[in-house]
Amino acid sequence: MLRFLSKRVVQIVILLFIYVTIVFWLMEALPGSFLDKYLMNPKITPEIRENLKRQFGFDKPVLTRYLYYMKNFLVLDLGVSFSYFPKKVTSIIFERLPRTVFLFVTSTLVSYAFGYTLGKRSAWRRGKVIDQVTTFTGIVFWTIFLPLLAIFNIWLFGVILGILPLNQFIDPNLWRNVSFSAQDLFLKLLLNAFIFLIVFLTIMIISRRLKTINAKRILLYVSLIGTIIISISIWILSGRAIYAWDIIKHMVLPVFTLTLYSFAGSMLVMRDTMLDVIREDYITTAKAKGLPDKVVRDKHAARNALLPLMTNFVISLGFTISGGIITETMFSWPGLGRAYLEALSQQDTPLLIGLLVFTGVFVLIAHLVADILYAFLDPRIRY
Amino acid sequence: MVEAIIKEPLWKIRLKLWARSFKTGWELFREKKLALFGLSVIIFFAIFGLVYPLYPSIMRAVFWKDDPFGYQTFAPYDPIIGFDPHIMNHPSPPSLRHPLGTDPLGRDILSMIMYSTPREFILGITAALITVVIGTIIGASCAYYGGVIDTFFMRLADIVMLFPSLALLMVLSAFIDLTLFRLALIIGMLSGFGSITLVLKAQALTIKVRPFIEAAKSTGASDAYIIFRHIIPNILPLSFLYMMLNVTGAIFTEATLSFLGLANIRMSWGVIIQMAESSGYLMGASIGTYWWLWLPAGACITLLCSAFYFLGRGLEEIVNPRLRKR
Repeated sequence: MLRFLSKRVVQIVILLFIYVTIVFWLMEALPGSFLDKYLMNPKITPEIRENLKRQFGFDKPVLTRYLYYMKNFLVLDLGVSFSYFPKKVTSIIFERLPRTVFLFVTSTLVSYAFGYTLGKRSAWRRGKVIDQVTTFTGIVFWTIFLPLLAIFNIWLFGVILGILPLNQFIDPNLWRNVSFSAQDLFLKLLLNAFIFLIVFLTIMIISRRLKTINAKRILLYVSLIGTIIISISIWILSGRAIYAWDIIKHMVLPVFTLTLYSFAGSMLVMRDTMLDVIREDYITTAKAKGLPDKVVRDKHAARNALLPLMTNFVISLGFTISGGIITETMFSWPGLGRAYLEALSQQDTPLLIGLLVFTGVFVLIAHLVADILYAFLDPRIRY
Repeated sequence: MVEAIIKEPLWKIRLKLWARSFKTGWELFREKKLALFGLSVIIFFAIFGLVYPLYPSIMRAVFWKDDPFGYQTFAPYDPIIGFDPHIMNHPSPPSLRHPLGTDPLGRDILSMIMYSTPREFILGITAALITVVIGTIIGASCAYYGGVIDTFFMRLADIVMLFPSLALLMVLSAFIDLTLFRLALIIGMLSGFGSITLVLKAQALTIKVRPFIEAAKSTGASDAYIIFRHIIPNILPLSFLYMMLNVTGAIFTEATLSFLGLANIRMSWGVIIQMAESSGYLMGASIGTYWWLWLPAGACITLLCSAFYFLGRGLEEIVNPRLRKR
């Protein structure tokens, strides 16, 4: 295991360096540069332009700049953004990362929970009405043109029903006379969600030790509702509940759209693995023992079909950043995908390179975690 | 002795075998209702695109009998430069003259959609074909040769998979003029060197250890002969299946790029929606009022994408024995 891991890490480091090199030269190959838009500006004299060039480092040859970039990359410094000038690329990324991550992790979690349940049921009743209906709707949503779904949802929930805001991250009118920043509050919200997730997982582990189904259920529901009530009351007591609610309200529509769009992926994986598992001998044995249908389905079949779904889940978490471009544009959500599109139109090369490199690192780590998880969950696999 | 028994020429036997396997495949396929649905949608769109040249002439014969001059000058059913002078305000809602209404520039939406249909097919199928040809050849040779070739292409696949394809295409659009064919070529190559080689290589590895490969080697067959005549025909069903799934991806990518205004394509379903968005008809309440600007084109993209996906899934259940019933 340790040998495999070290080999993988070395591989990842080499891959990453090749990747960064390709990304850097690709961006260098882009025609024009950030400074070109000052060409037509009469207020900027040639001297100032030369000065700007020196400041941004365009006077040095490309190879030197590449070596500088690599040197900085080794200490995790991705340079300074052009369009947000004195800000560092890393600080822009870390400002926007929580928003994207919150959006995508929520929708991924919901869609996997949804896909797991539906996939298990449709495989169990293969060829029946429920199977046909879920597969049909699932695939239609899986292949739907995402902007279309976003437009439709904005129209239905924002305009016709009028219960949700159309787009943006916050409602500016509400936040006019507020002393704290939205980012600050958002991070607290994220922390709250994280704590909730931890509590949920601990309770799940504890409840597996309990003997009767009723006790399990009571423990699960009571503790979950308790956590929700406690966190809500803390928010109300702090007097910031209305602002937190504003952010949540703005998040519902993107999360709903993404969930609808992506639940079929996990559902189809679950269904196919289940179909494989159902033909195993131990399922026949369990049925022959006279166990209830539901127990065989949930305890014997679904548990064993969970493995590919778990690895898929981890890998799809890695792709959250690149997947955000369309959704974030449609909902004007200020995350990494929007930042990418803006940087591209402004030709903010350091930010572009930084975003792509960051995505690459994220994906590579997710793959590594998936490998480890696979070995951890399936005792048959030995590296 | 053997020649005396089998008198039929070889090609006839092959044809018969093909016909038989096709027949059994069709029997299996016919049971998949969703795959049949997908196939019929694809056939519908193919006919829909092919009858496009008839549409302007029919409309001319019905509605423009009294005004041949206007028809000649304004070409109201031209998908790119058309304009209807009889309507005061564009975009106009669906009417008899324009079954799906007109866009802000006064062009007929139905004719735009019909005109784009064959192009979407060409794009999707070209991209998928390139993907599958590259993926199959590389997968088969990686599995057969192993060693340096295998390592090289697997690492290449790793790097290609690291790139988010949409983000990469956006960058490429800055210095390559993305016409339809170039876009198809780039999409095809990107997915061809990516994950599909891994899947096809895994399949080819299971073929490589079969005894008939050993037999072919012992009779002195060359490497190229074994790869092209023994390994590739055996992974071909799987590659065909991936081709269907890749058509979906290619059409979706094209539509997204056109929607963001980054591809240099004169007319496609994505461009229709982009037109509506960039002229400000997709904001707030006007989304519902001007539904004909985005709904038909979006529905077409979705329908064709899902049709290819349904077909692919139906084929998967035939090709992949794991998923067969019993």
